[in-house]
Amino acid sequence: MSVTLPTGAGGPAEPTGPSLDSGRGTGLWKDAFLRLRRNPQAIVGAVIIGLFLLVAILAPILAPYGGNELPGRTSITPTTIPGPGEIDGFPLGLDRFGGDVLSKLIWGAQASLLIGVVSTALGLAGGMLLGVLAGGLGGWVDNVIMRFVDILLSVPNLLLAVSIAAVLGQSSYAIMIAIGVSQIPIFARLLRSSMLSQRGADYILAAQTLGLSRRTITMSHLLPNSMGPVIVQATLTLATAVIDAAALSFLGLGGGLPQAAEWGRMLTYAQAELAVAPQLAFLPGACIAITALGFTLLGESLREALDPKTRRK
Amino acid sequence: MLRVIGKRIALLIPTLIGLSILLFLWVRSPPGGPATALLGEKATPEAIARVNELYGFDRPLLTQYLTYVGRLLQGDFGVSINTGRPVLEEFATRFPATLELTVVALVFAIGVGVPLGYFAARYYGRFLDHSSVVLSLVGITVPVFFLAFILKYIFAIQWGILPPDGRQNPRIDATHVTEFYVLDGMLTGEYDAAWDAFLHLILPGLALGTIPLAIIVRITRASVLEVQNADYVRTARAKGLMERTIRGSFILRNAMLPVVTTIGLQLGLLISGAVLTETVFAFNGIGRFLRDAIFGLDYPVLQGFIIFIAILYALINLIVDLSYSVIDPRVRVQ
Repeated sequence: MSVTLPTGAGGPAEPTGPSLDSGRGTGLWKDAFLRLRRNPQAIVGAVIIGLFLLVAILAPILAPYGGNELPGRTSITPTTIPGPGEIDGFPLGLDRFGGDVLSKLIWGAQASLLIGVVSTALGLAGGMLLGVLAGGLGGWVDNVIMRFVDILLSVPNLLLAVSIAAVLGQSSYAIMIAIGVSQIPIFARLLRSSMLSQRGADYILAAQTLGLSRRTITMSHLLPNSMGPVIVQATLTLATAVIDAAALSFLGLGGGLPQAAEWGRMLTYAQAELAVAPQLAFLPGACIAITALGFTLLGESLREALDPKTRRK
Repeated sequence: MLRVIGKRIALLIPTLIGLSILLFLWVRSPPGGPATALLGEKATPEAIARVNELYGFDRPLLTQYLTYVGRLLQGDFGVSINTGRPVLEEFATRFPATLELTVVALVFAIGVGVPLGYFAARYYGRFLDHSSVVLSLVGITVPVFFLAFILKYIFAIQWGILPPDGRQNPRIDATHVTEFYVLDGMLTGEYDAAWDAFLHLILPGLALGTIPLAIIVRITRASVLEVQNADYVRTARAKGLMERTIRGSFILRNAMLPVVTTIGLQLGLLISGAVLTETVFAFNGIGRFLRDAIFGLDYPVLQGFIIFIAILYALINLIVDLSYSVIDPRVRVQ
């Protein structure tokens, strides 16, 4: 499910510590980092993401079994699926295929991370390209690109992803491309409007007076100064990408083996056993929600930290 | 007013043309052509040729496109490959179900979201405020299909107080006039059928409504926070107006503008969410039909649906824009 997060609370700015008032000019990003470090919300988000990354990267070491392995094949019958703690060697129990739930959750983190990062990178790259062209060149190029973006935006995000994935065939690559492409319009529009708002700034005028070429001004002045909202959006998009990826593989667009270790897929097969083995749905569901929570918390804190309205001079 | 509406509808036309071109190319994009995608890779050349001829895939692209658009303009969205029935007919029988579900979800989201956001802002920094912030964060990050599972497990399986799936108990022999089951029951006087259909809507409605709810809470809270410190509110207080008048006519009314926009924007979310929710609750609406269309690569259905949604989306945005003038005289259109 893709969610565009509204701008956060309109409450008064948190007072910042003395180090920001030292008179030294702190850069935007350094300032933001200092503010993030003081925000408990950001810390919680960062810790969740850190854990998630650790589990995803160390999956081969942490997971007792491989993602597609079915070590408990002999311990399950159509009527009994051992739950957490009911069978030795499988702390979180087995699923209906005889896969080790713990191992699958761990490998699922890796799959989610991969899909999340690749699709967001794809959406970011495509969106930035379109956004820079539209915002930098203006004129008819801007018009054409923005109409194209409007068309894509006229279809709800997840449906767009589903349609693309349906055509590409069922595989995890299809999911990555589908989610990535469905994020392009959001990034393109965001970067363009951010660049437009900077275009009248004094430093751009100064650069023009110096006789710098339009390309230099766009790439070295306009673009870096317009990246703030885009980076915030990218962090938040990681959350949506993880959820959307789970939704797509929940719907069955992931392809591969039925027992593949993906959180969304685990939920698909948990459906039939909800009454007897609810943990098969709750564990992967909780993993998706917690990961998304981590990225959302960090993204929102980042937005607050970069927001000039809440920054102190 | 009429001119504004006309202009907005005129602006919709280029978007729809662009969308129809994209959809047209989209169907023809799978590797090996659409016929191979439909029949599978082992299809015989004869079978492929037959499908190509049947759907006109062998004719020049421009001819194909013009035929396609010509049919669309006549309201002919094609025939579903899976069911063999006209796409529009399929939509007409299933859309009421989804609409019913969406209405329940929206009523829940607005009915709980606006008051919660309002009181969170009014008691800013207090317990209610903090819990509403946490609640909305959870609402945004919990995937709708997972939430559907939780609700189903607790209320249908553990407590058994609500039906786990379907639109109506199959044992109830209800007459259907409009395909809106709750409405049907009321119209025909079969109140137990209406009640049963309503019970079937509660769990999917709650699941579907939670994300919009979370977003509405946030927007309402932020908006009320901003408005309640505005100068005109202070002036109203200084004039000695009743607190009730200030809160109702000054704060709430002014704070509603962004909320109305947000509610309009939830449509896309609700439609996507409906696909997932209806899957979990075996709810026979358009979302579930769409899911089957995705797997059967039922292109006419998918194409028709996307165009349908795009038009609906645009119309809702138009209604949202027009509703501003009702809420806020300052933006009354000329």
